[in-house]
Amino acid sequence: MEFIQLIIGGVANGCVYGLIALGFVLIYKSSEGVNFAQGDMMMLGAFVALGFVNDDYFGLAFLPGIILACIVMGGVGYSMDRFVVRKIFGQPQFALVILTIAIGFVLRFVAGAIWGYSPLVLETPYAGLTFSFSGLIISAEDAVTILATIMLTAVLWYFFAFTRIGLATQAASQNQLSAYYMGIPVKFLNSLIWGLSGIVATIAGVLAASKGTIDPNLGLIGIKAFAAAVIGGFGSLPGALAGGLIIGVIEPIAARYGPAGVSQTAPYVFMLLVLILRPAGLFSQITAKKV
Amino acid sequence: MKVIFKKSYDRDIDLFRDRQTALRIGLLVLVLILVPFFASEYFLAEATNTLIWSLAGLGLMVLVGHTGQVSLGHAAFLAIGAYTDAALMNAGWPWLLAFLTAGAVTGVFGAIIAIPAIRMSGIYLAIATMALAVLVEEAVILAEPITGGVAGVFAPDIAIFGISFGRYDSLPNFYWLCLAVVVIVTFGYANLLRSATGRSFLAVRDSEISARALGINVSRTKTLAFGLSCAITGLAGGLMGHFFSFFNYEAFTIIISINLLLAVTIGGLGHIQGAFASAILITAVPQVLAIVRDGLSNIGVDLSGVPGLDTLVFSLILIGFIIYEPLGIYGRYLKIKAFWNLFPLSRRDMFRRQMTYLKTERMK
Repeated sequence: MEFIQLIIGGVANGCVYGLIALGFVLIYKSSEGVNFAQGDMMMLGAFVALGFVNDDYFGLAFLPGIILACIVMGGVGYSMDRFVVRKIFGQPQFALVILTIAIGFVLRFVAGAIWGYSPLVLETPYAGLTFSFSGLIISAEDAVTILATIMLTAVLWYFFAFTRIGLATQAASQNQLSAYYMGIPVKFLNSLIWGLSGIVATIAGVLAASKGTIDPNLGLIGIKAFAAAVIGGFGSLPGALAGGLIIGVIEPIAARYGPAGVSQTAPYVFMLLVLILRPAGLFSQITAKKV
Repeated sequence: MKVIFKKSYDRDIDLFRDRQTALRIGLLVLVLILVPFFASEYFLAEATNTLIWSLAGLGLMVLVGHTGQVSLGHAAFLAIGAYTDAALMNAGWPWLLAFLTAGAVTGVFGAIIAIPAIRMSGIYLAIATMALAVLVEEAVILAEPITGGVAGVFAPDIAIFGISFGRYDSLPNFYWLCLAVVVIVTFGYANLLRSATGRSFLAVRDSEISARALGINVSRTKTLAFGLSCAITGLAGGLMGHFFSFFNYEAFTIIISINLLLAVTIGGLGHIQGAFASAILITAVPQVLAIVRDGLSNIGVDLSGVPGLDTLVFSLILIGFIIYEPLGIYGRYLKIKAFWNLFPLSRRDMFRRQMTYLKTERMK
């Protein structure tokens, strides 16, 4: 019973990691760049939501506040690509890594300057509620996190599989140049994906914030989300979620049954093992590198 | 522009381009040797710090600038160097032995890390080394008997043949010691680049496949680059430990490795001079900012309540460089030099990069 309880908590945490990893993968699939600022975008998203929802600031109702935050962060993501990242179009991957790390620092400064560096709590309507099923206790935060992740996954799947823009994005991701020849606005779609990953980051941020406090260094859990994305294999959306869940479940189990210090390192050790044994990830679509 | 008349092929790989270059570098070293005689103690400490950072920058430059392997985990190697050096000296070893052992241990560790790392490239390598930095940070906290855990460890003062090289009681001596290490390492580095090994590093950076086709053992080259890079970084870590005198795991967080990589990029990847530019940037930005902040507070603008300002300035400089000058500070210097050398014949497109569509890593 205790074990199942641990797993439920782990799955809920894993959903947050998985959603951040999803943001990485969305951008990686669209432009083969990795956005190292994704964790910080999540942090900023959580703060923007807090700014709309908390009584100390705008004091809107919960859902409209979150939706507004999503729109704002979608705009931030879009303009990050439109005005900064697009300028280095054609430079090596490494340049984007450096650039996004720097953008992450800037976002962290912005959040610190507006909301301060002391931990804040996002006011959620479901804080403190719990459900119990035959001995299992599930907090409302965990339940909402899992449900929201499932819903978001379904929406994203629908978007990529059936909508016109989603299909165009897939085409651009598979072959930028030929998509461009077919009249698909590749650059616009890339910006759109950055906006989308901003929205996903905001939802991840709100879910993370509902489970604890937030401060400008929240973005550092982005490193764990990297582990999730790598385990899943960069370039696979379901893989990212699965990787997040694996990381989320490993952590509490290692903390409960392993010796001290293992719980912090277990996700990274597992990731390094995956990198050594299956460098392309567990759910990879990458087969070989072209010359 | 000076044209050099080359009488042999060896002339191409001479250490100095011509006698003037040799003279200029000799003059620079001489000025650096003379610094303690006219600098204040505060400035001298900053200069020492800059020298140590340039050593770390040189270490990272071998890997990132010359072999093309991105590492986001070099703080881990700084930490290993610093702790090995401090622990050996606390065990009674003389400094020189402890210092060299620290470099060797870090180098061997780096070469071991390279065994899995050479199978990865690009983003994966960056993330793996980042994870490594996190792991080493945790390991430092756990290995309390050697590292002092969270409390930290004390690096004893250096003494060679009874002459003190302590950080606090004889700062000029410590400065000269760091300078000597930096000069020796730089000389070795410059010579390495002239050798077949150094050129194989460059070949691997530019194209692994063509390097392999030319008969270079890519795995061996990469492992060697990792080992050398980590050894130099370990030496820097050893000196850094003595510079801090007392340090714990917080001195070598992942932020340090990120900053180091960012700085090396701004400095100018692929040039030894870039490593020095990066070190000057790391140590100068907070100082310049403090001066600006004082100046602004005199005219009524108070910035002292804004934390993290130097990180912001650093990041903005970086974003500017990535977008407008990907070749870094040293690259900009080369451009300006070429402009004046060719004046008025230089053209703006001379350094223009070709815009390319992304080469995909997916094979479909």
